[in-house]
Amino acid sequence: MTSTNPTLDLAGGASAPPAGPRPARRSSARAAETRRKWYEIIGLTTPAVIVYVMFVLVPMGFAFYYSLFRWRGVGPPTDFVGFDNYVLAFQDPIFLDALRNNAIIVFGSLLIQGPIALGVALLLNRNFRGRTVFRLLAFVPYVLAEVTVGIMWKLLLSDAGTVNAMLESLGLGSLVQAWLADLDLVIWTLLAVLTWKYVGFAIILLLAGLSNVPQELNEAAAIDGASWWQTQRHVTLPLLGPTIRIWMFLSMIGSLQVFDVIWVTSVPAVRSLGASATMATYMVDNGFFARLWGYGNAVAVILFAISFVAAVLFQRFLLRRDIEGAITRRAN
Amino acid sequence: MAIKRRATTFLALSMTTALLVAGCGGGGDSEEPAESELFKNPVTLTWWHNASQDGPGKTYWEKVAKDFSAKHPTVTIEIEGIETNQLQRTRLPAALLSNDPPDIFQAWGGGEIREQVEADYLKDITDQVKDEVANIGSAAEIWAVNGKQYGLPYRMGIEGIWYNKELFEKAGIASPPTTFEELNDAVTKLKAINVIPIAVGAGDKWPAAHWWYNFALRACSVDTLRKASLENVFDDQCFVKAGQDLKAFIDTEPFQPNFIATPGQNDPTSANGLLANGKAAMELMGDWNKGTLDTVTEDQEALNKFIGWFPVPAISGSAGDPKAALGGGDGFACAKNAPAECVEFLKYIVSPEVQKGYAETGTGLPVAKGAEDGVKDPALKSILEATTSATYVQLWLDTAFGSTVGNAMNDAIVAIFAGNGTPEQVVEAMKAAARK
Repeated sequence: MTSTNPTLDLAGGASAPPAGPRPARRSSARAAETRRKWYEIIGLTTPAVIVYVMFVLVPMGFAFYYSLFRWRGVGPPTDFVGFDNYVLAFQDPIFLDALRNNAIIVFGSLLIQGPIALGVALLLNRNFRGRTVFRLLAFVPYVLAEVTVGIMWKLLLSDAGTVNAMLESLGLGSLVQAWLADLDLVIWTLLAVLTWKYVGFAIILLLAGLSNVPQELNEAAAIDGASWWQTQRHVTLPLLGPTIRIWMFLSMIGSLQVFDVIWVTSVPAVRSLGASATMATYMVDNGFFARLWGYGNAVAVILFAISFVAAVLFQRFLLRRDIEGAITRRAN
Repeated sequence: MAIKRRATTFLALSMTTALLVAGCGGGGDSEEPAESELFKNPVTLTWWHNASQDGPGKTYWEKVAKDFSAKHPTVTIEIEGIETNQLQRTRLPAALLSNDPPDIFQAWGGGEIREQVEADYLKDITDQVKDEVANIGSAAEIWAVNGKQYGLPYRMGIEGIWYNKELFEKAGIASPPTTFEELNDAVTKLKAINVIPIAVGAGDKWPAAHWWYNFALRACSVDTLRKASLENVFDDQCFVKAGQDLKAFIDTEPFQPNFIATPGQNDPTSANGLLANGKAAMELMGDWNKGTLDTVTEDQEALNKFIGWFPVPAISGSAGDPKAALGGGDGFACAKNAPAECVEFLKYIVSPEVQKGYAETGTGLPVAKGAEDGVKDPALKSILEATTSATYVQLWLDTAFGSTVGNAMNDAIVAIFAGNGTPEQVVEAMKAAARK
């Protein structure tokens, strides 16, 4: 479970004494020091641990327990069915559609938002008039509430909406689409909305990362005769690696669990046909609206398991260098 | 040791929580006051209803609660208005599970109330509300399970087709269609004058599904429908026939383009918006539609002038009763351990005077006899007439069959609308859901 909460472990790892053979002779002062440290660790982490256990681990345990029942949320669960709900989920073509849509969003977000954010961040990192305004504009969609964004795009993308009207008036009438009604198109429309919404987050993260790149390195590169492009490619980008990887991690987890924007922008009928369902909307549609509480919990556990495995793999292989010594073993 | 102390604190905390939970569970069982104790002790009733948005409905319930408290000073009523979906899908089921439910709350009847009764959530009010049930008539049956009354309706109406009289006139349609042949004819004529014949909010699923319900009502006998509601048995061929009829009807292209993403109501781009603003000529919808049309219209006066209502046309040569109609309503029920005053308040809500006031708000049709005068709107008046003259009122099928079957049925019907479902798949989905 530790790997789900890197910050906790990073903090612990930083203050804990390095592992390794201890000196055989221990003075009482040293023992007191060690004890004091342990008090500190326990005192500081206990509230967080209690909250974490009560509101994360215990509900997760309950979700798993309920997922083993055929239960419609009326009266206590009694009809134990083992893993039947899990089997049912993987037999439902709509759930498989939801999985496919999540995959599209995960990879689509990384491949589209990454380059855009990098370009914009590099641009906004240069000095020019009105830089603050542009930085603000790039970040505005991200701070808007998801529901607001959803309703806004739902209206803009409707048949007689602004997007189609603009295309018409630009003489691009042939591009007019049923953005949210075309069952083959809708997931790509939603990917575009999600990109618009979340690219600001990537930009801000990368800008923060860029501000950590020492100016001296750029100057040194300039003295060596490197062009601006060469500096970005060979100095800035490598130093931005940790930030990019953290953003990828957050984007991936967010994409797996995406709910609000999809829920609001895409209507129930299109979701129920699988065209725009994600695992999270599928969970709510089946858990609450079809009142299959046991089944809904099973879907929740599947969603958790997929996110968990993805997170662990990502940390193990891509974030390895960034979190060395905290989660992975310290390199000798 | 700090660790020990922490552990003790944690233990104490969890024990307190456990005690609290137990306390919530144990309360209330013993406090069932005798009839003579009514209005003797101060009680607080919590009331959850679905009039969450500011408007005449919400204001009216506030007034009703205040009037009741004025009559019976021992009773305090705490109101919470919660949006329907949230109330029905999450808040209420969770509250009922927690053993600390509101005293009086929204009840939709049909399959749902049957499940709630089986879980022993509701108060049996059969003996206390005999007069009220007599005054309401057969509509009250929807809130009864196995001959016992568990709730009472305050609103009930059948659905039909809301239409634009002016567009009908322009298209040369002399009178509202009474058979599907005439309806098809009207669709052709309306297409000729370039208006959308029928708006359907298929995006929300249920407005589309209601077309199938009506074909099922026409194709199935009353006995088949009763059996389907009580036992979730869908073996009769009439359910497949309903889908076939629907498919044939969709193939005549009576609906607006891209209807699969059109929302039902409360939005200018919705099916309601199309009808309210003269872009579409018809819409299949319940008695509450006048209120929702009002909220999306750009020209209230024009709407009042052109809006009309007629019952769903009959299908010649079908097994179903041509005078049967689909309908539904809203009601309230009392929690099992609610104080006896709850039942008194429920009786007050369905009393003719309160019902008349409710009808005057224009948010729905009343159920109690003696409240008819409160209905002023001409379209609503024609619905009231049709409701009274209907030989049989079938509750919305998704409510009647319960949420699980209802949801699967609606999804499969939507697939027919989208062009990738079959009539047989609807029945298969219903049978599969009944086992889930």
